[in-house]
This record gives sequence, C-alpha cells and structure tokens, in this order.
Amino acid sequence: MATTLVSLPLPSLPEGWAAEKDFKPIGKITKDGATQRTIEPVGPHFLAHARRARHKRTFSEDDRIQAQERAKNVEDVDEGEISEPEDLMMLQRDAKDWKNQDHYKVLGISKYRYKATEDQIKRAHRKKVLKHHPDKKAAAGRSDDDNFFKCIQKATEVLLDPVKRRQFDSVDEEADVEPPTKKQLQKGNFYKLWGSVFKAEGRFSKTHPVPQLGDDKSSKEDVENFYNFWYNFDSWRTFEYLDEDVPDDNENRDQKRHVERKNANARKKKKAEDNARLRKLLDDCSAGDERIKRFRQEANAAKNKKRLEKEAAEKKAAEDAAAKKEAEEKAAKEAEEKAKIDREAGKKAKEAAKNAVKKNKRVLRGSVKDANYFVSGDAAPATIDAVLGDVELVQGKVDPDELAALAAKLNGLKLADEIKNVWTEEVKRLVAAGKVNKSEIKAFSS
Amino acid sequence: MSDTKTAPAPGDRTVIGITFGNSNSSIAYTVDDKAEVIANEDGDRQIPTILSYVDGEEYYGQQAKAFLVRNSKNTVAYFRDFLGKDFKSIDPTHNHASVHPEDVDGSVSFTLKDKEGEDAAPSTLPVSEISTRYLRRLVNSASEYLGKKVTSAVVTIPTNFNDKQKAALIAAAAAANLEVLQLISEPIAAVLAYDARPEAEIKDKIVVVADLGGTRSDVTVVASRGGLYTILATAHDYDFAGAALDKVLIDHFAKDFAKRNQGIDPRENARSLAKLKFEAEATKRALSLSTNANFSIESLAEGLDFSSTINRLRYETIARSVFEGFNRLVESVIKKAGLDVLDVDEVILSGGTAHTPRIAANFGAIFPESTTILAPATTPTAINPSELQARGAALQASLIQEYEAEDIDQSTHAAVTTVPHITNAIGVLSVSQSGEEVFVPIVFPETAVPARRTVVVAAPKNGGDVLVKVVEGNTHIKVTQPQPKANGGDSKAAKVEDANSDEDSDFSDEEEEDEEEKREKVWKVGATLAEAAIRDVKKGGKVEVSINVNADLTVTVTAREVGAKGGVRGQLNA
Repeated sequence: MATTLVSLPLPSLPEGWAAEKDFKPIGKITKDGATQRTIEPVGPHFLAHARRARHKRTFSEDDRIQAQERAKNVEDVDEGEISEPEDLMMLQRDAKDWKNQDHYKVLGISKYRYKATEDQIKRAHRKKVLKHHPDKKAAAGRSDDDNFFKCIQKATEVLLDPVKRRQFDSVDEEADVEPPTKKQLQKGNFYKLWGSVFKAEGRFSKTHPVPQLGDDKSSKEDVENFYNFWYNFDSWRTFEYLDEDVPDDNENRDQKRHVERKNANARKKKKAEDNARLRKLLDDCSAGDERIKRFRQEANAAKNKKRLEKEAAEKKAAEDAAAKKEAEEKAAKEAEEKAKIDREAGKKAKEAAKNAVKKNKRVLRGSVKDANYFVSGDAAPATIDAVLGDVELVQGKVDPDELAALAAKLNGLKLADEIKNVWTEEVKRLVAAGKVNKSEIKAFSS
Repeated sequence: MSDTKTAPAPGDRTVIGITFGNSNSSIAYTVDDKAEVIANEDGDRQIPTILSYVDGEEYYGQQAKAFLVRNSKNTVAYFRDFLGKDFKSIDPTHNHASVHPEDVDGSVSFTLKDKEGEDAAPSTLPVSEISTRYLRRLVNSASEYLGKKVTSAVVTIPTNFNDKQKAALIAAAAAANLEVLQLISEPIAAVLAYDARPEAEIKDKIVVVADLGGTRSDVTVVASRGGLYTILATAHDYDFAGAALDKVLIDHFAKDFAKRNQGIDPRENARSLAKLKFEAEATKRALSLSTNANFSIESLAEGLDFSSTINRLRYETIARSVFEGFNRLVESVIKKAGLDVLDVDEVILSGGTAHTPRIAANFGAIFPESTTILAPATTPTAINPSELQARGAALQASLIQEYEAEDIDQSTHAAVTTVPHITNAIGVLSVSQSGEEVFVPIVFPETAVPARRTVVVAAPKNGGDVLVKVVEGNTHIKVTQPQPKANGGDSKAAKVEDANSDEDSDFSDEEEEDEEEKREKVWKVGATLAEAAIRDVKKGGKVEVSINVNADLTVTVTAREVGAKGGVRGQLNA
C-alpha cells in the first residue's frame, strides 16, 4: 500500500521526556479490541494474505521471497531462448532468395518452429536486429553489408503475419518428423516413433485438440477416435508458398493468367499429394498398430466365441440326438431279440407243456384204466363212461401244473383204492375251490 | 481422451468468471489482466437465465425469454434461487408466467416437454438438472467465443447462500463438466472489479455495494482494508428489485390501455401480461439511457394494439415508492453495520437495476459529498453495473487458475480467512494550526490483522526533537445544531411573505438547507499505546511512522526520520 502523507506536523518533544531507547510502551490492544471476522477469500491481496498465513511469513519475509521469485521469473524468460549458433552459410545468404530461407533458423528459433509464440518471434527479431544492424556493421568498417539484416526483416515479416506464417509453416519441412522405417520400428517404441510423427502432422489441424496416438494401454475408443480423426483430417495446409512468381507487369495478361492457372493446379496437385501422403502414413501406422490387431482379435474372439458356442451347442444337440437314436435302436433290437427268444422259448415250453399235459392226461386216463375203473371184473360201459367223464371233467378244470401234480401222485399207483383216493381228494379239492360243481361228479363223488 | 470427470491440471485450465443470476447471467474472461464480458451467440452480455424447449429444441437466454409469451408452459425462468433448497422454503412468485415449480419429494422440480414430437411425454426435471443445462449453454458460448474448451470457472453467489446451496451449485456445474474453482460473493466480485482497474489505488475504505437485481436486491457493507475485504453487514430484499419497477410500468400502461379500450384490463390475460412484462423491461432499460421511451405492443389484448410513450420524470414519479425502498434498504444496512453514512467512502451500484439514474441520484443525496457513488449516472468512468460481478469473477479466476484445487481449498479455509479485526483505529497525534491535538489514523478500525501501515507525517517547522504518540481512536458523529437566526421574527415574516409569491418552492429549499443540522465525522482520541521520540529532526523534515499489528495483536511501532539513518522501534505485547 502506498504510504499516505500527512501535512499536519507532529508535536515537539516535551521537556524532560526520556525513555530507554526513546520508546515508551504504555498501552496495548486487548482481546476486546478485536473482533473475529471472516475476510473474503478474493483478490490478489487475499492471496498474499493466505500465502503469508499458510507459510507463517511476516510481511517483510514475504516481500523478500516474492521479490526473489519475481526476479527468477524474469531470468527464466530471458535465458535459453535465442542462443542458437549462427551458421556461416546462413549469414552469407542472399536476401533475394528469401523463399528458400528457413525463417525460423534465421531468427534463431528453429527449435520452436510452428510452436514459437508471437512474443518469442518479436523478441528473437529484436535480438537479431541488435546484433546484425547494418549501422553496427558500418561502424565495424564493413559498409553496405545489410544482406543478412534483410533476411532477418523478411523472416520477421513472414512470421509475424499469421497468413504468411501459415503459408510458410505449410511447407516447413524442417518441422516434419519422418515416419519411422521398419528397422527403427523393430528396435524402437512404436508408439513413441509414430506419436511424434502425428504430433508434428497435427500442426496442420483446423480442429483442436488433436487426438494423440496414445500407447498400448489406450482404450479402443481412444484408438478409434484417433484413426477416425486422422482419416478425416481437416488440414489448413496450403502450398501457396511454393507458387511460381506471377509476373506483375501489365504487358502480358495471358502469360500472367497462365502462370496463375499453373500455380492453382500445382497447389491442388500438391494438396492432393499431401492428402495421399497422410493417408499412406496412416495406413502404414495402422498396419503396424498392435492395438488394432488386438482389438480385432478381441472383437473376433468375441464374435467367434458366440459362433463357436452356437456351433458347439448345435453339435452337442446333434450328438445327443444321434446317441439317443442309437440307444433307442439298440433297445428296440434287444427287445426284439428277446421277444424272439422268448417267443421261441414259449413255443417250446408250450409244446413241452402240451406234451406234458397230454402225457399227464394219459397218466390220468391210464390210472383209472389201471384201476379197472374202480370195479372188479369187467366194467360196465356206463361205469367206464362215468369214470372217464369225471376224468375228462377234472382234466378240463385243472391247470397244467395241478395236472402235473395229480399225474405225479397217480404215477406208480397200482391199487384201485389208492388211485380212487387220489381222485376223490382231487375232486374234493376242486369242489372246495369251487371249480367243479359237485353234481357234475359221478364216479368220484363219494 | 483423458477422463473428463477428473479435474484438469492447473496448466490446462481455461477459466472464465460466471455470474449465475436469478434473472440474468454473465460470462467473462480475462485478457492481459483485464476482464472482458463475453457476448453470447445472440450478442448478449446479460444473458437471461431462462431455458425454453420448443419441439425438443433447447433455447436459452434472450431467445428463451421471447418464448415466455408464446411458450410459457415449456419455459423455465427464475430458477437459480431454488437450487439446493427444499420446496417448502422457496418463493415461486416470479415463476407465475413460466413453468411452475413442483414438489417432488420435497425438492424443487419443473415439468415441461423437452422432447420432440406432439405427444412426447413431458419430463419432470429437478432444478439441478435445469441449472446444469443452463450452465452448459453458458460454458458452450464461452468456449465458442474463446476457441478453447472452458474447463473451470469462478462463480459468484449471493452472500446468503448456505452450504447446501453451494454444494448444489458445484454439483450442477460438475454435471455440466465445469470445475468450480471457487464460489465468491457477488458484492465482493463487484468490489474486486473496481479495485482491479489499473488506475485504482488500494486504499482503506468502507464500501457499500448495492446489488440491485431483477428479483432481489442485496446490499452489503464491505470494509476494504489494504485489499482485504471483510463483510460487515448484509441485507437482502425481495420486494424492492427490478421486478417492482417493471410492475409499476405494467400497472401504469395497463391502466392507460384500459382507459382507451373500454376498461379491458390486459393484466387479466396471462399472455397479455407476459407481453406487458416483456415490453416494460425494455422500456425501463430505455428510460435509463434516454429521457423518453416508447411502449408499444401489437395485439396486447383482444387483438387491440397499444402504443404509448413515457418520459423519465413521469416514470420516476410513479416509481417513487420503489426508489425510496432502495434508499431505506441502504440506510438500514449501514445502521446494521454500526456505521453512519459519513463512514462510507464508496457506494458501488451493481446489477441491472443499478442503471436507473434516479437510484444513483437518490443515493447521492443520502451520502455526503465525499462519498463516491459508482454508477453510470453519477460517475462517467463507472464500470457497467451489469458486468461488475462477472468481471470480478473472471479476475479471481485468472488469479487462482494456476493453483491446485487443494491449494485453493486450503487457502479459503476458515483457519486462514477468520482473523481478528481491530475495533479501534490506531494512529498518532499531530498538532493542528490552532494548537489542538489531532488524531491521524494509521490503521483504520475493522482492519484484519496481521496488518502493516505506514504514514509519513511532517515534523514541526523548526525541526528538533519530535514526539510520536501512538494512540487508539474511534469516530463519532458530531452533530452541530443550526445557529438559531438572530432575527427569528423577520425570517418568519419573510417566509409568509414569500409563500405568497410564486417562487416559494425555491425559497423553502434554501430555508431547509439553512436549518439542516450539520453532521461531521470526528476522531476521538482513545487510550495511549506508546510514545517515542525522534531526536534532531531537520528543519522541514518528515517522520515516517509504521505500525505493524501482528496476528496475536502485538503491535510493532517503527518511527524514523525520512532520509535519515536509525530510528526508533518498539513492541507492545498483547
């Protein structure tokens, strides 16, 4: 803060006033003499306050530190900017040949090139002028040596005019970064090598920011974004700078138009070539870009995964169906065979049973015959008829097993009584079982 | 490319200042330490805080404002004050002519059709979403203007925004991909805009900031001490604002229209009222610039056109009660701060309504001659009141854009911002021509400590040994009653006589002036703090006295003769 000036004078020291070191503390500011309030955190002075408070600096300390920092800042800006050595060949340049001169190099800011700010250019110009002014050369005894000075002036003229500077930047090949060769790529880092190429190409972009190549960790979106941007690159690059000089005498209008047309065509051609060049760069880069391959593989893998899964599912379903069919066929075959065997066995058994039944029936009939129809002497035909009728009846009522059991019981028996007993029992059993009506029985009814 | 959700690095920031107002908003940026307000694509520097949707198309600003007449059902206006508030605590008065706020679970929402198609379902959007959409439009137009994506901003807020409202604003901005570097108070932004002018010198002063907006007026008393600002008192008023002036004009012209058209009152029809309001605002603006203004509306009501004119005098007469309201508001807040109008060094008029010449003139009448009224009507070099806050915000943004977010947080922490402010002035005693002791203030009251101030005081004419007496002091208002006139009877007679003449008004003015009591601010000497002696000062020499009040209220006094070696230095413990 500025110190204020007060015109009213201070009082004179009263007689007899004395104190140690001429200072006499009397009062003090008490806590009541202050209110806690909040200062608004706004404005440069607050920032200074905050800096002091946070770093616990006093006013004078802070002033000192700030002054130091400011001083350093100024130095930083000055140093290192324009200290490029001047090439002797360059100093010998003919100012008339300004189209072929490297304006940045002439001003000694070739390391900045298209990145040089207007301020840098102005300062570089000033510095060069101070060094190469023709008056100074004249003072050194070399009069009329203003060639390089003219180069400087021309360079400044071009670089400080935004339109002309763009035209020059368009054809400033020194700023180009050559695309890496295969050999370099084998050794070096793909992303670093190509990244710097595109960074340099990005200077022609009309739209900003220009997406960077990134690295192998970049997301698919970023990579696609990058290639989309570059394949649709909107460039301000022009090739007017390389135009042939148009004769400006009014003598020959046709010639003038001819040259103009030629220039326009040349520009168009160069622009097309430049676009083709950029396309090729991109093609080369994308061809070598591992990320794209990876993304494609991943995409393919994802797609294939689905397809394979589907195919596998289909295959499995087919296999399952075939297996099922086979199993069914097998089962059917087996069943058929079994049925056949069963059938045959059944046939045999049936025949056997039939035979057995026949045999047993014979036994049964034989037994009553053996017993002479349970009469002594010649049996009357009626008796025989009755007995045989019963036998027939019993035979018809019993099943083959019972028949077999009955036959077994009768087999071997010779005595008429025993045979009759067996029969009677059998009949009794059948009657009890309800298979035979008692009234039907004639001979064995006892 | 990089994740947009993370805050940009300090070096990559593109910063602007935003004033997000209830009626109008502004955006500003700095170029070479000078703040410039950005005009949006419509060419507006004051962008109405209005969003409107027509067939799914979003309009904002002046275009959206025009839709208040035709498309009021899908136009949201005056929503800033609802941000971060519960439904029950909002005042929906001003939303009468636009989409009405709704209660959705206690928070404020608006329902409107923001999608294309006749039968598209209307959406219910919370006020935070509306704010986000609006802020996004502001940021977009700033980005387009600057040619760079704007990443961060300093946003101004009223002094009575609570933490919830602040958080809601920051969240709404974040949703619009905007990093809020800092929220600063609107009045302080206005003070900063003035203090940042290259010709401004940093003085210790009391500033009254009258921020007269469209729907609210906020008056703030700020102690500006060495570039540090402390708010001493605030007042918020929702009655005396631009809308009240509009209403005066609306009523005036509506009556005029009724008189001419068989008593048709255009205020009864919503659309006619919207037209009236739109035109009244334009007329009000015109009256701030010229003494006459047209007021014409085609098909105001029932197909009848209306055209009329008004001059400034008439306007000032009918709006008198509103203007007086502004006066009372300013007076009350000065009283609240425990100050007198004589203590005020500067009055800054800010906000759109502050363009009105009468208001500035009225303030000029309240305050003494020594007070500077910074308004376009009274000070030709005044900054456009509508742009003050945005400029202040842009300046603050450029100051802090290099800081890490954490750094900003720490610097604005209460531990840094809350400091003791001394109650009494500290100064030295000097001698007036009549030989009386006069207090020369060095450190003014309400100065935040630590503080360092230096004055250079003349030594006695003949030089020699000089006493530097450091004392406390404070002001009081000395009221001098007017001298009763010696010939009272005569004056009375003269008055009666003059009352009969035609020019009585002139005379009575004079009379009043005579009878007015004289009020002065005088310093009263308080307790003595220290005495020091400077020996053998040269004839016509000067003494530099510097007082350093430390954070713990210890005082360091340094006194030395200008141009001489040595000096006296002493310390007072707290």
